[in-house]
Amino acid sequence: MAEGRLKAEDRQFIPITFTLNGRAQEIQVEPHELLIDVIRNRFGFTGTKRSCDVQVCGACTVLVDGQPVSSCTYLAFEALGHDVLTIEGLAKNGKLHPLQEAFIEHGGLQCGFCTPGMILAAKSLLEQNANPTREEIIHFMEGNICRCTGYKKILESIQAAAKTLRQQSSGV
Amino acid sequence: MATKSSFTIVGKAARRVEGIEKVTGQAKFTVDLTIPGMLEGKVARSPYPHALVESIDTTRAEKLPGVVAVLTRADVKDINPYFGHCLRDRPLIALDRVRYVGEPVAAVAAVDALTAQEALSLVEVKYKELPVMATFDDSLTPGAPILHPDIQGEGAYHELKKLQAEIQTNVCHHEHIEEGDVGTGFAESDRIFEDVFEFPMVYHYTMEPHAAIAKVDANGITVWSSCAHPFVVRAELALIFEQPLSKVQVLVPYVGGAYGGKSYTKIEPLVVALARKAGQPVRLEQSVPESMLTNRRHSARVWIKTGVKRDGTLVAREAKVLLDTGAYADNGPRVARRAATRIHGPYRIGNYNIDALAVYTNTCPAGSFRSIGGPQSIWALESHMDIMAEQLGIDPLEFRLKNLLKRGDIVKSGAKPMDADLLSDLKQVAVKLDWKGSAKRRTGSGVGLAVGVTDSEAVPVSTAIVRLLADGSVVLMSGSTEVGQGTRTVLCQIAAEELSVALEKVTMHSTDTNVTPFDRSTGASRSTTVMGTAVRAAAADLRAQLIEIGAEILKAKPEQIVLKDGEIIAGEYRIGYTKALHTYFGMPGGELIGRGYCRPGGGMSPIYPLFWETGLGGADVEVDVETGEIKLNRFVGLADVGKAINPPQCEGQDEGAAMMGIGHTLFESLIYDKGQPLNPNLVDYRVPSFRNLPAVFDTILVENQDGPGPHGAKGMGETGIVSPAPAIGNALARATGVRIRELPLTPERVWRALRDKSSK
Ligand code: FES
Ligand code: FES
Repeated sequence: MAEGRLKAEDRQFIPITFTLNGRAQEIQVEPHELLIDVIRNRFGFTGTKRSCDVQVCGACTVLVDGQPVSSCTYLAFEALGHDVLTIEGLAKNGKLHPLQEAFIEHGGLQCGFCTPGMILAAKSLLEQNANPTREEIIHFMEGNICRCTGYKKILESIQAAAKTLRQQSSGV
Repeated sequence: MATKSSFTIVGKAARRVEGIEKVTGQAKFTVDLTIPGMLEGKVARSPYPHALVESIDTTRAEKLPGVVAVLTRADVKDINPYFGHCLRDRPLIALDRVRYVGEPVAAVAAVDALTAQEALSLVEVKYKELPVMATFDDSLTPGAPILHPDIQGEGAYHELKKLQAEIQTNVCHHEHIEEGDVGTGFAESDRIFEDVFEFPMVYHYTMEPHAAIAKVDANGITVWSSCAHPFVVRAELALIFEQPLSKVQVLVPYVGGAYGGKSYTKIEPLVVALARKAGQPVRLEQSVPESMLTNRRHSARVWIKTGVKRDGTLVAREAKVLLDTGAYADNGPRVARRAATRIHGPYRIGNYNIDALAVYTNTCPAGSFRSIGGPQSIWALESHMDIMAEQLGIDPLEFRLKNLLKRGDIVKSGAKPMDADLLSDLKQVAVKLDWKGSAKRRTGSGVGLAVGVTDSEAVPVSTAIVRLLADGSVVLMSGSTEVGQGTRTVLCQIAAEELSVALEKVTMHSTDTNVTPFDRSTGASRSTTVMGTAVRAAAADLRAQLIEIGAEILKAKPEQIVLKDGEIIAGEYRIGYTKALHTYFGMPGGELIGRGYCRPGGGMSPIYPLFWETGLGGADVEVDVETGEIKLNRFVGLADVGKAINPPQCEGQDEGAAMMGIGHTLFESLIYDKGQPLNPNLVDYRVPSFRNLPAVFDTILVENQDGPGPHGAKGMGETGIVSPAPAIGNALARATGVRIRELPLTPERVWRALRDKSSK
């Protein structure tokens, strides 16, 4: 944001196509525009939260092709050709994802500001590792800060969701 | 009101009522809102800790295309721009001088954030630097320049007997308490111990920084704010902008963490003044670095002296707590008051003489932060307890058990007697820690205990309305702010229980001061106890109406009526609430309205504190003697909650508080150098992350149903933060023989202490 404001005639726009929450999108972005601003301001998906703004806290986490990225430091034009998922795209047909269920059930959220990023990061983890150990969860989730919960109940939420997902995929 | 022994909703692990909104991204926080015609605001802040503002030139900024308004001191001449709920010592924008780095000097409203940001660089301010009072030592030096010669009187919400703004010094408030005779007490003591402890400045880091949107038009002032005390904000805005309360509407969307950092009034007056000038709504979305220069916890130096008998009986205490309150009073006077009572501690000690001073400096204003004055005082007190025990050759657990107050014991005259079973609480923590077995540990590993008891700051004033709508659903109108603590769920549980309806039937919306009845504030662990009492009273009022109506319809006596699962029952006759309402109003509409007040002497005892908030902690640590790093094998927290209306939420509060405490124990510290903040960003200021999770993290809830709130509940969620520092410090001392009196216990500090010890 600190780059300064360009004169109208100096502004450049880059056309990009990408997928956002399962829908194809075609927009023009300026080179300096950040993914978080595009998601929040242009598409109104305000579930993606801005906090530290320097890739420390994870509140702005979205998934790009399934990988967690900090949208506060990700240039919007880089989304070209990729599949972006925000928290708004997680529940399918009004049915919550097991992680969303687990966070409610196990007290994995309080103020809820870290929650969208937390859940998306956890989704990525569980896709890569269906049965993570406590240490693996701690290691993977290190980039997502929560100031409210003390982490214990988030850990338990992730463990519970992992179990549900394993049961679902084994058809139990 | 029905007395209850068995519950259907209270005491159960009810799901958080706003859970779905929060896991799906639907929950709206202030910065998620867009108001038609809204401009973006940015603030030019002082780069100097103390300077005269000689001139401000906004000509170039105003000419930038897209800029709608630039606000400076010139725009507040028609009002008294000072605010402050304790002392009106703070102008909403700098007037003749600036007193801390980050103080707003000018503010821009523009069509977008980028334009507003650019306009800031075009605002030309000339400063003349003044001597900097970087610390309270500087401010208290005789002859030091006076930071506040111009306080505009008292604010309306300090609730102190007397405010002692010693305006001709830099002491913002001086709290003194004494009882007995310390001189005699010390003379009668066998040993006298004296210690000095330091506590750093720390930052709340609410993940959502401060944000507000303001609109000023013929309807008055409308503000959407990420604030925890909307009714205080309303009162202060009404005063500054000379509006009736009815013309100041404060709305509070979801708040992304508060912990005291969003208590009282913060950025709202500035945003309102900017919107007033712009003639359009304006949003100010602060960044984390800006919010780090908006509010913080008081750093402190605590001197404590205690006289003890050889057998470990405490006899006398003297203490002086110096608190760095920063550039403006904010909640400093109240923090000083609490620091004073909290260093007394929950021990039998008849002679004491305690002073606490909130001192102005040229740093960011300090205010409320989870358990005001508690962590600072209790870090000192509970470390001091262990030091004395060790010197006396008494086990620290036994030493505490010997001196702890029992239920009903007088803590200090005029205050509510001790209302918790501290001895059994402490024993429970000790058992969890395997205190007995810990004696045989090898060097580098140890356990430590701490008792955290605080006199609640809760003010017993809340009002609530409960409405039964024509379809049997219920709207609860309460001004408690949902900051994450789960108050909405708990209050809905209390209402549902009283009304005998399912929890799903009850909805509580966010605060809109034009609609929601008055509440003092959300903080001081008061919502469940005080607002809970008002909500229960409102629901009971509604219940009584249902019984009366039911008796009339069912032709029964009111005493025969029972309410159950949304039905009015008299013997074998029954009628659903919906049907009863339709019959009563003669149409499928109408509604019943219950109201409840809680006030001193009305629903709540007028004796303070309302309850003693009780949280104990135990730490089991492993110290790496090579690096000085402290690892937590186990942390045990105990919260004496009276009655847990929602047990998992209580645990979550206590765990979150303990983790914050672990943060300021091990690494958190906001560092200033000559008034310049060195680490106001999240890269250089670290907060706990997943890897700080103790290997074992226990939370014990004690429920004796002995609190003044609904069903015997009492406040919790704050004291969890006070025990970690002394518990870990004590464990470190027992593990290594090294006693550190200054937080945080960083690896470097621990390593140096270990080295100094071994080189002796
Ligand atoms: S806001 Fe992007 S990581 Fe913190
Ligand atoms: S729930 Fe508040 S920051 Fe995580």
